[in-house]
Amino acid sequence: MSEEPKITVRNFNAYYSGKMALKDVNIDIPENKIMAMIGPSGCGKSTFLRSLNRMNDLIEGFTVTGGMMIDGKNIYDKDVDVTKLRRNVGMVFQKPNPFPKTIFENIAYGLKINKLCKSRDELSGKVEESLKEAGLWEEVKDELNKSAFALSGGQQQRLCIARAMVVRPEIILMDEPTASLDPISTAKIEELIQELKKSYTIVIVTHNMQQAARVADRTAFFMLGEMVEYSDTSVMFTKPEKKITEEYITGRFG
Amino acid sequence: MERHFDEELKALKKNILNMASMVDELTGRAIKALKERDEALAEEVEKADEVVDLLEIEIDKQCLDLMARRQPLAIDLRFITSVMKINNDLERIGDLATTIAHKSRILLKYPPLKPLIDIPRMADMVREMIKESVNALVERDSVKAMKIIEMDNEVDSLYVQVFREILTYMMENNENIKSGIELILIAKYIERMADHVTNIAEDIVYMIEGKTIKHGFETIDRAGGA
Repeated sequence: MSEEPKITVRNFNAYYSGKMALKDVNIDIPENKIMAMIGPSGCGKSTFLRSLNRMNDLIEGFTVTGGMMIDGKNIYDKDVDVTKLRRNVGMVFQKPNPFPKTIFENIAYGLKINKLCKSRDELSGKVEESLKEAGLWEEVKDELNKSAFALSGGQQQRLCIARAMVVRPEIILMDEPTASLDPISTAKIEELIQELKKSYTIVIVTHNMQQAARVADRTAFFMLGEMVEYSDTSVMFTKPEKKITEEYITGRFG
Repeated sequence: MERHFDEELKALKKNILNMASMVDELTGRAIKALKERDEALAEEVEKADEVVDLLEIEIDKQCLDLMARRQPLAIDLRFITSVMKINNDLERIGDLATTIAHKSRILLKYPPLKPLIDIPRMADMVREMIKESVNALVERDSVKAMKIIEMDNEVDSLYVQVFREILTYMMENNENIKSGIELILIAKYIERMADHVTNIAEDIVYMIEGKTIKHGFETIDRAGGA
């Protein structure tokens, strides 16, 4: 690959209470690209995703070995400020999970707790900017003080994406971000993801093969905790290198 | 695991094999009509082309339908896109067989120039190529498909030989020019048929191996890994 990778993973192993969940994963994720992970349930793709912002630290007994570097810095080094790391590596979950607050407050929250704005005007400006970036502004600009729960599922998910973006992370992780959405909302999120890669590096877990084929630049296939194949998405879905990959993506097992 | 989709792919495969054998047979009958100066048979061949055309349309429809409904990937995708192209090449071979049948009726207006030996030989080689491509497709054998591409060279050199020979007849006696030109055209059509089978063989190699060998390229597109 010609681009300098944003994320470099070397000999990465992960364990839940000693039980191996990821085995010797090596991967380079280029900057401003979308990397999708596919594989059967329990293959380790979500573990991998959650390792990228150390979300798994919250699980008791979770340990790792090997290196996971962002811009060359190992995020598992002792001197890493995990809060800062998570600000830099935002996350969007399977089910939209807005805070029980107004639409405005959902976005403003991250800015406030991180003290990223000096004035009310600056705060409003950034909220607007982020909602615009998420393609939600036109739909909600007149009801910013309404509860976020009043929005549709697809709108809530775009709100969560706006919330992740407002603190200007460099990387956004998405764990099946459209799993609970209808096709139209899914299409909107997919459009948005492709727009966002201009500013962010995106790592996405999806169970929907066609979604990976549609949005990702590169795709990794995981199985039983190992990364089986990693290539350009067009190669992965037209002529995968390994037979097992071919069998999985053509639905012959899994 | 056998999928419902596999049944549909099998049905598609059956149709494309059927198309190949129809075109093969049509070619055989066209050449027989030419060689034996059989007008009724030539007419039959010309009419039979319609059946090939209808099957071509049906196969195209089947492919589009599978693409829309199944969103095929990897080998399934390569198979369906290859079938679409093979279908097109087979239909063109069918057209050429029809044209040969038509020309053989025109030739009835003139006395036979010479006993036809090399033109039927060329046609036999093309038919052999079609049969081998069917085998390569059924057995998923890319080595077999590669051999078809070599056979095309033999057809090409036979064409040059036929061209030269007929040219001498035309130079000898200008009464021979009209029938000579028709025969050269027929030889050219057979040579075109072999080119279409070569395309088919290249598509089969792509389908099996995922690599492009046409236009003198041999790229292994799989080297896209990290």
